[in-house]
Amino acid sequence: MEGLRAYRLIGAMWIRSTMAYRASFAMTTFANFAVTALDFVAILLMFSRIDALGGWPLPEVAFLYGLSSVAFGLADLAIGSMERLGQRVRDGTLDTLLVRPAPVLAQVAADRFALRRLGRITQGSLVLGYALAAVDIHWTPLRLLLMPVAVVSGAAIFCAVFVAGAAFQFVAQDASEVQNAFTYGGATLLQYPPTVFGRELVRGVTFLLPLAFVTWIPAAYVLGRPIPLGLPDWVAFAPPLVAGVCCALAGLAWRTGLRSYRSTGS
Amino acid sequence: MDDHVTDHFIEHRADHFIELDRVEKVFDVRKKTGFMKRERREVRAVDSISFTVARGEMVGYIGPNGAGKSTTIKMLTGILTPSGGRLRVAGIDPSRERTRLAHRIGVVFGQRTTLWWDLPLIDSYRLMHRMYRIPDARYRENLDRCVELLELGDLLDVPVRQLSLGQRMRGDIAAALLHDPEVLYLDEPTIGLDVISKAKVRGFLRELNAERGTTVLLTTHDLQDIEQLCSRVMVIDHGRLMYDGPLTGLHEVGESERTLVVDLERELPPIEMPPARVVRVEGPRQWLAFPAAESAAALVARVAAEYPLVDLSVREPDIEAVIARMYAGEASDAAGQAVP
Ligand SMILES: Nc1ncnc2c1ncn2[C@@H]1O[C@H](COP(=O)(O)OP(=O)(O)OP(=O)(O)O)[C@@H](O)[C@H]1O
Ligand SMILES: [Mg+2]
Repeated sequence: MEGLRAYRLIGAMWIRSTMAYRASFAMTTFANFAVTALDFVAILLMFSRIDALGGWPLPEVAFLYGLSSVAFGLADLAIGSMERLGQRVRDGTLDTLLVRPAPVLAQVAADRFALRRLGRITQGSLVLGYALAAVDIHWTPLRLLLMPVAVVSGAAIFCAVFVAGAAFQFVAQDASEVQNAFTYGGATLLQYPPTVFGRELVRGVTFLLPLAFVTWIPAAYVLGRPIPLGLPDWVAFAPPLVAGVCCALAGLAWRTGLRSYRSTGS
Repeated sequence: MDDHVTDHFIEHRADHFIELDRVEKVFDVRKKTGFMKRERREVRAVDSISFTVARGEMVGYIGPNGAGKSTTIKMLTGILTPSGGRLRVAGIDPSRERTRLAHRIGVVFGQRTTLWWDLPLIDSYRLMHRMYRIPDARYRENLDRCVELLELGDLLDVPVRQLSLGQRMRGDIAAALLHDPEVLYLDEPTIGLDVISKAKVRGFLRELNAERGTTVLLTTHDLQDIEQLCSRVMVIDHGRLMYDGPLTGLHEVGESERTLVVDLERELPPIEMPPARVVRVEGPRQWLAFPAAESAAALVARVAAEYPLVDLSVREPDIEAVIARMYAGEASDAAGQAVP
């Protein structure tokens, strides 16, 4: 596919250019790792005073945390650059992408491809590893299978949120904060158990913006907890489906947004 | 059905490489007029423009600020979708098949770069090489040629943001040509360039057009660009085509005047010789303006017969003045007839 090819080419160019400054790359990656690690330290501090959060003990919260961080980190690595789209729309530099023989989405997504975002993924993986070791999970083939499926689907759902948010920036060019609320905000929300939030919020995050399918629902199944909102167990295997629908909708939103692009007067 | 027939027709007429038929672009502009109040206004940036450009032509597209030049170019590249009319470039509808068209066109925006701002120039070129699937040999050849003619040799490893305006512009022109486009659009390619850079760019474009037969459409505010490059010029104002023809033809529609400068033996009262009129007197030297269409020889003969002449010279009309008058709307009636 032409889009993937363009994405690869542009991404590779940025990687090559970052690797020209290895020391700087190492430092920013470590910084990225450290900043995200602080997040988790906050949770650890909280657990020094309580035993469980909304009925979830530390290792299980770590499980949520790790799953959310890895899924979000993958999406952020892949297409995190899209949050800057509004700037390009406002100053008209999107023009230059439109005259190249590659889909604009791929070009925007690959722009400034930043390997330092691996920092978050590494940190999330470590926490997830700790959780898997610390929780006594009763592994069944289905539960084992669900783990990679959940990570990939979760990343895809976050990608859809990034794309939809970018599409929205065609209309509201200053909306990158709104987008951040949904992406970074969503990822943080998912690090905490659903039981600490109100029922309305959990409903919204399940049926409206289906982030619950990234962590809460698959995690509940793997950990042998009841699925939130009393949903049946099979829902735990819906993430790929939900991700597919989200991506399709985000794609439509993107096309509509791009069609409304009108450049600038100068 | 009808549409299909026309499509077919256009594809097989080589002389209609670019074709616009009553193309329009209307922008909806929303203006805040107060708290929570908004006013909607329509701006007709391009208002029913029709023209065709043949393969290998080099056309200047001029007009005052806000005339609709950039908007036209953006429609020709597929960046903007026309609000009305039909538009084809190489038989392709640009906004529908933007990526397919991209392989066949080159675009340079004087106001903004298409290069990757933070990366060395050569990185952008390497990426173009892959992205446009340019055969290796062809890429080498084109790059070497551009590097030589546009003097980019020392700049290839410099990040684009560190290039001066003129250097960056040359870099952009090279980038637009690596994939051998059939048509090159240039939106103010000489803006902000010094005399030497301008000459370099013009020389390069002339050669490109002569040797490769690349069709060139360029907008500019520097009439020397047009004088030196384009056999054909289109003037637009308020989104409408006011003139389409050779640069010299502007004189006729622009009611322009030539000037006869005569040096007499001594100071004399202003010469009376209609339709010429004296516009300036400085001692024994007098300036006579006469319609550009009138014969200078006849006038010179009549003046020589009646006045003691020492020397004389004829000055061609000032094209800038003609166009300025045209922009100001004075000549718009006459010019309107110039477009068939
Ligand atoms: N994206 C846009 N949104 C709203 N109005 C626009 C937009 N682009 C152009 N216009 C309006 O359309 C008209 C034509 O603009 P355009 O940029 O085509 O002019 P131009 O001939 O290129 O002028 P200049 O010589 O100043 O570059 C102007 O009135 C401008 O305000
Ligand atoms: Mg312009």
